[in-house]
Amino acid sequence: MSELERLERFLRTDPRDVGCDEAMAILHVYVDLVAAGEDAAGRYPGVAAHLAACGPCGEDFTGLLLAVSNG
Amino acid sequence: MESARLTARELDEESPAWLCRLGAGGGERRAAERELHARLVRIALAEVRRRSASTPVTGPELDDVAHQAADDAMFAILAKLGDFRGESRFITWAYRFVILEVSAKLGRHYWRSPPVALDAGQWERLPDRFGIDPARHAEAAGMLAEVRRVVDEELTAHQRRVFTAIVVDEIPLDALAARLGLRRNAVYKVIFDARRKIRRALVANGYLDQPGGGER
Repeated sequence: MSELERLERFLRTDPRDVGCDEAMAILHVYVDLVAAGEDAAGRYPGVAAHLAACGPCGEDFTGLLLAVSNG
Repeated sequence: MESARLTARELDEESPAWLCRLGAGGGERRAAERELHARLVRIALAEVRRRSASTPVTGPELDDVAHQAADDAMFAILAKLGDFRGESRFITWAYRFVILEVSAKLGRHYWRSPPVALDAGQWERLPDRFGIDPARHAEAAGMLAEVRRVVDEELTAHQRRVFTAIVVDEIPLDALAARLGLRRNAVYKVIFDARRKIRRALVANGYLDQPGGGER
């Protein structure tokens, strides 16, 4: 990805993005689906869009997935 | 609302056991609380260490954040036990509290030794922010100047302040939310709207192509 593509990608917004409140409200459900190898993004596309765009929520997703994966 | 699609799942073996023990009285409940708290502390410590490179909080203060996060998460879990509806495993539901507490606390603790002041406005760092090679700064200068023009002229004062803090000065979103007394979602929404506004201006002025298939 070129540098300007990085800027362009940052500015791009996804209309499916549900925002932080809704994504975090069902984060546990989403993480369980991912951990079980199910199609979480297909079931909750707006949450997937949000986690891809929001750094802090993406970090929370990674942290919770690691927590449940590592016991 | 995607959350409206939530349904209770068949509970795993561990979840009913947690609910039973935490709902019991006396020693059984106290033992379950001790076990859950010990798990929350372990998860919180692992999480603050995982995030240590992206926070100015270090050393014993980082461990304090983890212990406070575990304590507050434990309190919230016990208070909201009746809200658990079996949509996920109990332990995933419970760990979510401690992960979110870690995020919120690191955001608040950021301001004890912030690497950059609020409203610093380090626009000269914007090319580095997007990883633009110094050799290509001249090529990117036009587009970045247009970004700044839109920020200065078309964003509201609140949007400008939030965008500058998060994007230009790289203040963590949770830290800015704590400083401004806002929820994470409120800050994200401001950035979301600012990104859309800036992108539209860049497209209108020929710096970016019109996206196909709707607003992205």
